[in-house]
Amino acid sequence: MTVPLLKIEELRIALAGDGVAHNAVEDVSFEIGRGEAFGLVGESGCGKSITALAVMGLLRRPLSLANGRIVLDGRDIQGSSPAEWRRLRGSRIAMIFQEPMTALNPLSPVGKQIAEMFVLHKGASWSEAMDRAEEALRQVRVPSPERRIRDYPHQLSGGMRQRVMIAIALACGPDLLIADEPTTALDVTVQSEIIDLMAELCAAKGTAILMISHDLGLVSNMCRRVAVMYAGRIVESQPAEAIFATPRHPYTQGLVDSLPRLGERARHGRQRLREISGVVPSIASYPAGCRFNPRCSAATEICRRTVPGLTMLPEGGLVRCHHHG
Amino acid sequence: MSQSTPASATADIAVKRRFRLKGGLSLWIGGALVGLALVVAIAAPLIALTDPVMSANLMNAELPPSLEFPFGTDAQGRDIYSRIVYGSRISLTVGVVSQIVNSLIGVSLGLSAGYWGGLWDDLVSGLTNLMLAIPSLIFALAIMAILGPGLVSLVIALGLTNWSYSCRLARAQVLSLKSQGYVQAARILGYGDLRIMFTQLLPNMLGPLIVIATLGMGSAILAEAALSFLGLGIRPPFPSWGSMLSEARDQITTVPWLSVFPGLAIFFTVLGLNLLGDGLRDIFDPQATTRRT
Amino acid sequence: MLPVLARRVANIIPTLAAVVALVFLLFSVLPGSFVSAMNEDGRSNIDPAVMERMRKEMGLDDPVTTRFAKYVTRIAVGDLGTSFRTREPVTKLIAARIWPSLKLVFAAMCFAIIVGVPLGFLAALRPGSTIDTAAMVGAISGLSLSQFWLGLMLMYLFALQLKWLPSFGYGDGGLRHLILPAVALGVGPMALLARTTRAAVLDVLNADFVRTARSKGMTETRVVEWHVLRNALVLVITTIGLQFGSLMGAAVVVEKLFAWPGVGSLLVDSVFQRDIPTVQGCILLIVTFFLVINTLIDLAYVSIDPRIRYG
Repeated sequence: MTVPLLKIEELRIALAGDGVAHNAVEDVSFEIGRGEAFGLVGESGCGKSITALAVMGLLRRPLSLANGRIVLDGRDIQGSSPAEWRRLRGSRIAMIFQEPMTALNPLSPVGKQIAEMFVLHKGASWSEAMDRAEEALRQVRVPSPERRIRDYPHQLSGGMRQRVMIAIALACGPDLLIADEPTTALDVTVQSEIIDLMAELCAAKGTAILMISHDLGLVSNMCRRVAVMYAGRIVESQPAEAIFATPRHPYTQGLVDSLPRLGERARHGRQRLREISGVVPSIASYPAGCRFNPRCSAATEICRRTVPGLTMLPEGGLVRCHHHG
Repeated sequence: MSQSTPASATADIAVKRRFRLKGGLSLWIGGALVGLALVVAIAAPLIALTDPVMSANLMNAELPPSLEFPFGTDAQGRDIYSRIVYGSRISLTVGVVSQIVNSLIGVSLGLSAGYWGGLWDDLVSGLTNLMLAIPSLIFALAIMAILGPGLVSLVIALGLTNWSYSCRLARAQVLSLKSQGYVQAARILGYGDLRIMFTQLLPNMLGPLIVIATLGMGSAILAEAALSFLGLGIRPPFPSWGSMLSEARDQITTVPWLSVFPGLAIFFTVLGLNLLGDGLRDIFDPQATTRRT
Repeated sequence: MLPVLARRVANIIPTLAAVVALVFLLFSVLPGSFVSAMNEDGRSNIDPAVMERMRKEMGLDDPVTTRFAKYVTRIAVGDLGTSFRTREPVTKLIAARIWPSLKLVFAAMCFAIIVGVPLGFLAALRPGSTIDTAAMVGAISGLSLSQFWLGLMLMYLFALQLKWLPSFGYGDGGLRHLILPAVALGVGPMALLARTTRAAVLDVLNADFVRTARSKGMTETRVVEWHVLRNALVLVITTIGLQFGSLMGAAVVVEKLFAWPGVGSLLVDSVFQRDIPTVQGCILLIVTFFLVINTLIDLAYVSIDPRIRYG
């Protein structure tokens, strides 16, 4: 097997609280191959976004990396100096955030915000960088980019702003693009356009994608492999089709069951969508044992006492459950 | 939209917690200073060494601070310490009463304007803008010029000129609360307008209003001192901190302690109110809607 | 820019009109008007003949509406009336005082901005540090000081004891006479600006677009230079405009303390001399100045924040 582009090993992220440190994320490991699209799915608060921030080296107090290795292209980067991090960020790992309205500086023309990337990483002059920014806008299919580069974020629609974010992220041809809920704040009709654009541009440039979302359907459409996170841990990791066909963790099963599916009604008649009962525990009150046990119908004594380990599935993939079927 | 990133959410919590600690400290120091001023004002006859007005004795004139006269004596031989102790009564009265007047005016205008809207709202907003356009000390000075010096005039002048903050706050709060379910529910239940205003809206904005009033008391005490200094506030021989400073000014070269101690009394009282206001804001108003800028 | 300018100027007209009405009402109409109130006070006795002349001059026997109409027409053509005391036009009296007042107010504001804004900035970049704590303790203390006591203490220390600076007066209008009053006047706004700047910068540093900037791989200095400064400035500038209001109020006291020949001391003197036209004129001038400053601030705002221009 070749060296994966990104390898995360036993990542643990601590949240410093009132004298007690909680683990916001623990024992998270996964790999992303070159050019591969990998999905990380979970509800808000499960730790998927801060995992992404850790990969970007952008964890800020009170969050900190407590343990684990982040290996990019065979090189440990978790202990990099601030200067090394800055060289990685933007040029080798780039990130798109959820809210395109607030993620762009309201007082700066969008062209300039793209051009910054060329000035920072390619040593371009501002005028040169502005030309390349225009080209970058054309690539993300913003109409009449020569005019749009002078526009301010508030003059663009949400979809257009997210295209600008993509242009910024892909400006320097990074190896890995982290997309944190890139379409959640957008209209449904715009969502698929943005996803398609992102997938297409990354495929063309050979950029790997770490797609983070609460939307299992969206992620499995786009990614080859999907990992499901729950309360700071990865509970299941499988190829995208398999996660739908044979979800092995009760939480994943719940997620799959709660999705409306085309044709379902024709086959099974009118049915209520099933939801997962109970609520996501907060970081300060994670239950002992399997963290899903209070909401799990199959939970037994062992689930309340012992943290389940990751089990390798025969058909490939991993699951963290004492009773995986 | 409900997908707030946990990173920023937890960061918010932590930042708030750090400020809470800080707010806690300023709350306690501020509370202690204000408490001290209150105790001094209430127990003035017990704490003062001499009568603040009648103890004039030219034999003791202009003595520097000593064991007998901790803060020295003035040109009439009166004990500065005792005068400052009694002066706290005037400063606190002006501060508290003028803020009650301000809050009453501001809240009733802001509450009704936000609740009823329409022409009345336009009118109140216009009036608020007008109040913001006239520097409040200038306005108070004009009113004092008409009413003449004295405690009652002071309270009226300062009470009429600083209500725009609580008015704007009350109006903004009503506008945001009005759309929330429980006010509409109260309306559907057939509660009257006034009942909704007093039972549903007012209690929800009490915290921020207390913050505004606390900070306003500090401003009022400073304004009292300024007006008394100009000769338009409390007139001698009654011991207000401002009037004491006004008298002391001509003797700054020869008898500096006359100016130092009343000034310090004002400083620590106002500092206490400002700290208390900051601390209360951290508790009542984490979004800082009461920031006075 | 021009339509914005027109709109902002149009905005101040109703306020100004209301102030004119208020000033008229306060001093010309209220029962027991200014003249008699000052008399009842018993500090000085005005000659009944003078009283009568005043009443005549103010046209107190005309109906209120007529008087107001006259007053407004006079003001509209820039006539603020004739001083009761010096018999000179009020505009002339005030004109002589404007320049010293402007000098003092702007010097104080410059001091406040030059010290307060960087202080708040440094505090925000290192929250919880020693410099932050010191700056914020200093700021809240500055807000709690009474300007004229501070002025008095500065005067005592720097003029009377150290003899570095003149203790009062306008002198030849040079910098040496300006320093003490400007500092006394500027400390309050400085403290408030330090606090506002700190809050604004902290706000901006937590903004999503700052996280984006960091994810682009720029140094923290660049982040601040390229993305934080302007955004924080928008919030700070509004405070500066509003601060002019309390600054001009406080200027009255500071001018009086330092015997500074400005509009503020003219106002106070006129109050005691019952020179109503001059009092009215001074107040109108101060309010107009405040409104003009805030209109200018609005325009500065527009040139910084594109959302206002188009939105």
